[in-house]
Amino acid sequence: MTKKISKTRAGNPVWNFFTSVKLTVVVLLLLASTSVIGTLIPQNSSEAFYIQKYGEVFYNLFSSLDIFDMYGSWWFILLLVLLSINIVVCSMDKLTNTWKIIFPQKVNFNIERFRRLKIRECFDIKGDVNDALARCEGIVRGEWQTTVKEDAVLKEGAVSKENALSQDSTGKTLMGGGVIFAESGRWTRLGVYVVHVSVLLMLAGAVAGSVWGYKSFVAIPEGETVGGSYLRGTNEYIPFGFDLRCNSFSVTFYDTGHPEEFKSSLTVIKEGEDVLTSDIVVNDPLRYGGLSFYQSSYGTHSARNVALKITSSGSGMSYVKVVEFGQTIDMPESAGTFTLNEFVRGYNFRGHDLGEGFVGTFIPASPMGDRGDESMGIQRDESMGDKGDQNVVSPGVEVYMPLKFPSFDKMRRGEFIFEVDSYEKKYYTGLQVTKDPGVWYVYAGFVLMIMGCWITFFMSHRQICVEITPKPGGIGVTIYGTSTRNSQGMKLKVMRLAKKLKTP
Amino acid sequence: MNSSMLLSITTFVYALASVFYIASWTFKKDILSKTGMFILVAGFTGNTVGIVLRWIESYQLGYGRAPLTNMYESLVFFSWTMAALYLFVEYKYRERIIGVFATPLIFLAIAYASLSPSISSRITPLIPALQSNWLIAHVVTCFLGYAGFAVAFGFSIMYLMKPDMPGPGSLMSRLPSFDTIDELIYQMVMFGFLFLTIGIITGSVWANSAWGTYWSWDPKETWSLITWFVYAILIHLRLMRGWHGRRISWVSIIGFMAVLFTYFGVNLLPGLHSYAFLTLDFLPILS
Repeated sequence: MTKKISKTRAGNPVWNFFTSVKLTVVVLLLLASTSVIGTLIPQNSSEAFYIQKYGEVFYNLFSSLDIFDMYGSWWFILLLVLLSINIVVCSMDKLTNTWKIIFPQKVNFNIERFRRLKIRECFDIKGDVNDALARCEGIVRGEWQTTVKEDAVLKEGAVSKENALSQDSTGKTLMGGGVIFAESGRWTRLGVYVVHVSVLLMLAGAVAGSVWGYKSFVAIPEGETVGGSYLRGTNEYIPFGFDLRCNSFSVTFYDTGHPEEFKSSLTVIKEGEDVLTSDIVVNDPLRYGGLSFYQSSYGTHSARNVALKITSSGSGMSYVKVVEFGQTIDMPESAGTFTLNEFVRGYNFRGHDLGEGFVGTFIPASPMGDRGDESMGIQRDESMGDKGDQNVVSPGVEVYMPLKFPSFDKMRRGEFIFEVDSYEKKYYTGLQVTKDPGVWYVYAGFVLMIMGCWITFFMSHRQICVEITPKPGGIGVTIYGTSTRNSQGMKLKVMRLAKKLKTP
Repeated sequence: MNSSMLLSITTFVYALASVFYIASWTFKKDILSKTGMFILVAGFTGNTVGIVLRWIESYQLGYGRAPLTNMYESLVFFSWTMAALYLFVEYKYRERIIGVFATPLIFLAIAYASLSPSISSRITPLIPALQSNWLIAHVVTCFLGYAGFAVAFGFSIMYLMKPDMPGPGSLMSRLPSFDTIDELIYQMVMFGFLFLTIGIITGSVWANSAWGTYWSWDPKETWSLITWFVYAILIHLRLMRGWHGRRISWVSIIGFMAVLFTYFGVNLLPGLHSYAFLTLDFLPILS
């Protein structure tokens, strides 16, 4: 049955195409050479970047060939598909033929095959042939998995009467002495199939990951909770199926200024209940509900425990007040109230961006009390993401306290000068959120790949054959050895065995 | 005596070992190559102690990390792996003259580390992305792989240099037989291939635990894969198409060029792996 199948396969040109090692070599060559392109041309950048770098003509050419996302292009995937089919077909083709070699019902040896081998040791020893044979068998049996002993059989007439000791029932002449075969590691011939299966597993895992998985990003300010993340590229919102709170984020530095650790404390919340709290650092992600959360970036979101130094222009006295966002405090000297509104990334002052700072509203007790001057042209930069509308409604004066210029508020020439004395940064943590159901197939592929390579490269199917023949005045011994790999190792093995047999 | 000084001395010891091997070949005196071997062992010892000392120094500085994280340290370790592998091969194959083609590479790597003005030997702390147990496994296996390919490269040069009919008593006739060199090349390639495979895999697992993606086609990753493809081709050509000798030597040389580009050339391209990048305040931001 198998014969019939392999015959029809052999006649099939498609099958023949995919069994050829030439195809393997060509596909590997194409994969190697085309992969170079993607390392020279930056991948997945913006259209503007490419046009600026390569010009319109090359942009259109590269674009039509998917060069800008070449590892996901149809032709690169096609090469990988070809490689996979090649591996499957080659392995099936070879295995149907070699399965019987790898798992024989009975191990058979052919002395003629050994007599053609290069690795051999020839020497003479003294003593009785049968003793030598028995001793040799003992040594070999201790070191090899399978041992077969055969008496020397020669066809009638091929040997002189003196050497012939007896005749068996079939009329063959039996000589003194015999042949001992031994072998180890026949199963290691499977190693190469393990390697090939591992490649398929990795590719399957990669496909599973890209079909059923995703990579996304979310930034969570300290103390806040989110329920999903945004896909890379499209920015599509994907809910987690639970909520995630960032309790805190911290960053530490070495004395050289290099960052030492980025750490986020995260809590998983399901149906309003805290389920799991865990700290994550860069090499130690949180895994929950099929998702993994990686520490990926951070930044300053806002601040807390903001200590304000309020100096009265009238009395010259300075007061320090600690305030939180949204909190309204009574001003010293019963001058009114102050509300700390928000932390902004940018602030436009006469066309200049003054950078990060705090924004508050001062409401004087008597409307005319503060000489806050609108003509100074302080204007909130709407494009920098500030709401600002409450200030329009508010009858008070907007106070801006930039971090870079602490005494900026002096310029307002108000009744009070506001200055940020100290504050605690409130960070946001940037998390890479991934779902990859294929990763375990890839990892299984990794393990098999290493095992398979080890078996293929460092283990081998080794066979030896010791031929012992009586000679006038002694015994002639020849040891032959062969191995699927590493003939040097086999040579040494044969030499060692020879040494053992020589010493009585 | 600090580690950089010891490693600078080691550089000259390795140079001396090469000189002895080459002298032994040209002057046909076996005693010279034997001396060369002992000098090489001395250099290897200095190399080992230098690496250990550097490890200790990093603890004294309060960083406490394996000395395997920047260009300087990786080059020093590259020399170490090549020396270890070569000494093993010399011991196992009992061929000494092949050292002529391996010891200069050992010297060159560490000399580049010690003498190049662009490579700093300063011990810097580990940034968060590098703080992983996978770091040691990844670097050690990659460099064992590179060492295998480097020694295979040296032997390939030897194979190509040897004429078909070397005159009796000539320089070339002292080289091992074609069969032996051929087998040596293949053994070294297999060794290198196994460890490059493990190196790529450990790097991949590491990337997955640090960034949430086991493969991102960054230039270093891609080039290591290209190298892997080249040697995979070599192995298939040899096992399935019966390529031997000169042709395999050429493929092995091409493979080693890919190794060199993976190691040095890629640092000129942008990516997560660039050592220049890693020594700056580098945040693992993927976007």
